[in-house]
Amino acid sequence: NGSKSVVRTLRPEAFKSMIPTIPVTNMVCFFAVSHSQITRLYSRFTSLDKGENGTLSREDFQRIPELAINPLGDRIINAFFPEGEDQVNFRGFMRTLAHFRPIEDNEKNKDPTASEPLNSRTNKLLFAFQLYDLDRDDKISRDELLQVLRMMVGVNISDEQLGSIADRTIQEADQNGDNSISFNEFIKVGNLQHINVWAGDHYLILSYILLSVLQD
Amino acid sequence: NILNSCVIKDQERSVAMEDFWAIVLAGLKVWVCLIVALLMVPAMFGFSLGISETYMKILVKILEWATLRIKTVNKAERMIQSSSFNSEDDGSMEEELRGLRRSRPKPPVGGDFTLSDCFYFYRRGIEDIIEDEVTQRFSSEELVSWNLLTRTNIDFQYISLKLTMVWGLGVFIRYCILTPLRIMLASIGLTWLVIGTTAVGFLPNWRLKFWLSEWVHVMCYRICARGLSCTIHYHNKENRPRKGGICVANHTSPIDIVILCNDGCYAMVGQSHGGLMGVLQRAMARSCPHIWFERADMKDRHLVTKRLRDHVNDKTKLPILLFPEGTCINNTSVMMFKKGSFEIGGTIYPVAIKYDPQFGDAFWNSAKYNMVSYLLRMVTSWAIVCNVWYLPAMHQQEGEDAVQFANRVKSVIAHQGGLVDLSWDGGLKRAKVKDTYREEQQKKYSSMVVGSEEGRSGNSD
Repeated sequence: NGSKSVVRTLRPEAFKSMIPTIPVTNMVCFFAVSHSQITRLYSRFTSLDKGENGTLSREDFQRIPELAINPLGDRIINAFFPEGEDQVNFRGFMRTLAHFRPIEDNEKNKDPTASEPLNSRTNKLLFAFQLYDLDRDDKISRDELLQVLRMMVGVNISDEQLGSIADRTIQEADQNGDNSISFNEFIKVGNLQHINVWAGDHYLILSYILLSVLQD
Repeated sequence: NILNSCVIKDQERSVAMEDFWAIVLAGLKVWVCLIVALLMVPAMFGFSLGISETYMKILVKILEWATLRIKTVNKAERMIQSSSFNSEDDGSMEEELRGLRRSRPKPPVGGDFTLSDCFYFYRRGIEDIIEDEVTQRFSSEELVSWNLLTRTNIDFQYISLKLTMVWGLGVFIRYCILTPLRIMLASIGLTWLVIGTTAVGFLPNWRLKFWLSEWVHVMCYRICARGLSCTIHYHNKENRPRKGGICVANHTSPIDIVILCNDGCYAMVGQSHGGLMGVLQRAMARSCPHIWFERADMKDRHLVTKRLRDHVNDKTKLPILLFPEGTCINNTSVMMFKKGSFEIGGTIYPVAIKYDPQFGDAFWNSAKYNMVSYLLRMVTSWAIVCNVWYLPAMHQQEGEDAVQFANRVKSVIAHQGGLVDLSWDGGLKRAKVKDTYREEQQKKYSSMVVGSEEGRSGNSD
C-alpha cells in the first residue's frame, strides 16, 4: 500500500524547523500554528478515512451526520475535489480548509503587488461563488441558481415562485445584460460587500509553502 | 570408581530436581492461598481489604507527578478543547441569516432570498468537517494529560529518562504481574458462575433458591470485577431498582453489566448466542429467569414488548436491565434513547455510569476491536474506576408520549453523570442519517425565504 501520504512519517517538530528556511517566492505564506493543531487536523483526516488509503472520498464526508443533513452539504463536499477527481489527499484537504483563516489587521498593510493570500475576503467570496457555479464556467446562470435554490428549500416552495426569486436575483446583480452573474458582478452585490464572514472564528492556519513541500 | 562417581552425580541431580519441583509446588500453594484469602474471600463476602485503595492512591500520585513533568517540558500550548475549532457565535439559523441580510432592504415582492444566504450553510458545513458532535462519540475520549499508557498517547514526545523509566516499569507491572492475575480471577469467576447457577437450578422453588441464586450471581460478578480490577463507587443506594421495575443506564461497554450486577441482581435481556456465551446464558437462566430471545424473535417488536411486559408485571421477578442507546458510546455523552424501552410500562429506574478515563479507557469500539482484544485491553490498563449514581424512579406522565419520556430520562442521566446530552441516534455509528432531518432544515430555511403563510400555497404541486 504505497499510496500513504508522507505526512504520516513526518514528525511534528519537522514542521516548525522548516518554516524559517523556506524562501518566499511570489506565493504569500502564512505561518503554521502549534504543531498540535496540524496533528489534530491530520488525526481528523485519518478518522474520516475509513478505507485507510490516505485519501477521502465523497462517501467519507457524507458519514458526518451534520454535514449530511446540510442542504448545501453536497456542494461543500464538492469543493474539496478538483475537477473530475473522486479522491482528495491530506494536502488537498488542507488547501481547501486554508481558506478559513480570520482576516488579520496587519495584512491590510501588506504589499498590494503581492498576489492574493489564500484567505482574503475576495477568495472567500470566490469560494461562495463556486458553490453556485455548478459547471465551473465562471458564470452563474439562471438554471444553476435555480438548482442551488432547490437544494436549499427542498419541496417547500413551488417552481414558479422559485423561478421568480431567481429572476429577481439575477436582475439585481447582472450588469452586462447576459442574464447570468459573473464573479465581478457577484462581489458587487449589495450586502456581500459588508459581510464580515467568519468573525471571531479561530480556525487553523497552514502554510501554503508547507503544502507544496508535502509532495506525494 | 568412575562408575560410582557417575551414579552419585545422577542421584544428586535427581534429588536436586525433586527439591526444585517441591519448591515450585510449595510456591504455587502459597500463591493460591494468597489469592483465595486476599482476593476471592473478600469478593465472595463483599468486604474489602484495602489493597486496591492503596494501589489507586499510589497510582494517582505517580500520574500527578508524570503530568507535572510533561507540563514543565512542553510549555507550548496544547490545544485540546474542541471548542477552539468552532466559531464563537453559534446562533440559530434565523439569527444568522438576519445578520447576513442586515444591510439590504427587503424586496417588495417574491421571496426574501439573497446570494449571501449560502454563507450560513457553508460555514456550518466547514465547521462540521473540521469537528462534529457525533462522530467523535464513537471513538475513545482524548485525555487532558497523559496517563502513562501508550494507547492514549496521541502526541508522543520524548520528555525525560525518568518518565520513560516509570512508563517502562508500568508496562512491566501491568503486563507481567497484573494481567495473569486478572485473567486467572476472571476465569475462576466465570467457571463458578456456570457451576453455581447450574447447581442452584436443581433446587426446587423455595425462597432459599432465590436467595442462593442472588448470592451466587453477585459473588461471581464480584470475582469478575476483581478480575478486571474495577473500583466502583455507588451513590444514592436508596434509589436502587426494585423488583418489577426497569433499570435503564447509559451504555459504554459490556463491562457495564458487571459493574451494575456487583450491587444487585438484574434480569438480563438479549439475544441468545451459541458457544461460550450460550453456556453462560443457559446456566444463568436456570437459577433465575432472564430473558433471552432467539435472533428471529428480536425483530418482532410486539413479541419483545409483550415478553418484557409480562416480566415486569410479575412483581416477584428481578428488575430488567436495559440500555436504550442500543450501542456503545464513548462515555462523554448520552445519545438518543430508543423509545421501545419506555413503552413497556412500569417504573423506570435511571442509572448513570461514568468511568474515570485516567485509569483506563472502558469504551468498546466494536469497529476497531473484537471482544477478545477489548478484554485484553481492559486487563492491561491500570484499573477501571467508575461512579454509579442511582437516580430516583420515574414514571411516564399524563399526556407525555414515549419519545418525550425517553428524552426526559436521558437528560436526567446526562445531568447526573456530567455527560453531554445529544439527540443524535447512536445507530449513526453504522447507518446513514435519515433524509427527514435534511428536509427539516430545508423547511426551516424556506420559511425564512417566503414566510410560513405564503409558503404553503406552493406546496400542493
